[in-house]
Amino acid sequence: MGMAAAESRFHVLAVDDNIIDRKLIERLLKTSSYQVTTVDSGSKALEFLGLHEDDRSNSGSPSILTNNHHQELEVNLIITDYCMPGMTGYDLLKKIKESSSLRDIPVVIMSSENVPARISRCLEEGAEEFFLKPVRKSDLNRLRPHMMKAVSKDQKQEKHEEEEEEEREEKEIKSQKHQEQQQQQHQQQLSPRPSGNSKRKAMEENLSPDRTRPRYSDIAAVV
Amino acid sequence: MLGWGVDFLRAEMNRLLALLFHQGVLDEQFLQLQQLQDESSPNFVSEVITIYFSESEKLLRNLRMLLMDRELSDYKKMEIHLNQMMGSSSSIGAKRVRNVCVAFRAASEQSNHAGCLRALELLEHEYCYLKNKLHELFQIEQQRALASGVRYPAQHD
Repeated sequence: MGMAAAESRFHVLAVDDNIIDRKLIERLLKTSSYQVTTVDSGSKALEFLGLHEDDRSNSGSPSILTNNHHQELEVNLIITDYCMPGMTGYDLLKKIKESSSLRDIPVVIMSSENVPARISRCLEEGAEEFFLKPVRKSDLNRLRPHMMKAVSKDQKQEKHEEEEEEEREEKEIKSQKHQEQQQQQHQQQLSPRPSGNSKRKAMEENLSPDRTRPRYSDIAAVV
Repeated sequence: MLGWGVDFLRAEMNRLLALLFHQGVLDEQFLQLQQLQDESSPNFVSEVITIYFSESEKLLRNLRMLLMDRELSDYKKMEIHLNQMMGSSSSIGAKRVRNVCVAFRAASEQSNHAGCLRALELLEHEYCYLKNKLHELFQIEQQRALASGVRYPAQHD
């Protein structure tokens, strides 16, 4: 249960091709007590996240939690610029949402231009927020709820898994008991005097192979 | 005497800032930048501005080069450089520089070579003015830091 450690310092991956903006977002995030990693392109971001550009889903790791075993550090949120050469922020967003291991990481888009079509496109694709640049400290206050939600979702999934485990174990115990009961019943059927409905039923079922054999006495009676 | 010097210098700095705000050279984003500076990052503003200067000068050189050939001007490349400069200028609060970039980009989108040349000259002028004023600001800040750091030798040793 490493959740306590993750909650104390969220880790944000910031993606921006502009060096000034990278410095700014890094400083903003650090003053909000987040751990920060900055990269200058979408492809470097995917590399850091342990995903290769041509992968659609992260094969191999069955990670149900967002904790990607390929990373050294868990990423709790990705904040990316929209306008970048090569892979845009939108392309990066799409790739993340297509990845089974990364799709639960909240993504925020930043842009210096206020284009409503662009904003709705990003939100439809699954971005949590869209910030207009220059990003302010007050904008960052909107990040924490998304990271908390992702953490509690992980905890719920963990709890769900634990409950499933317990259910499974209970079922195993029950089926063992049932098997033991059946064996007991079987023993009793072999003795000449059955007692009780259920026992009779079991006995009848045991005798069924005999029933398929024709009873000559019955046939004789019909004829 | 020195205490008065510190206050005087602070007043000078505020006066210059107020002027630059009034002229539209700087906007509120510059204050946001200052607010990000603290004990854990005491030189943040000067670090960012220093990077801004070197990046901007590189971009201005590139723009100049791209405009040298009237026939073969690569307007797409110009727009890429302009977007970079616009973004950086906006991020540090350099409002007038950013606005000239916007006008420059409009001329470039129309492949208007003469318009681009005019815009470039205006951009270089605005950038120069900004750089000089920011240097002035940093000088005053440095003097203030020095003045507040000076201690009189203890009299009763």
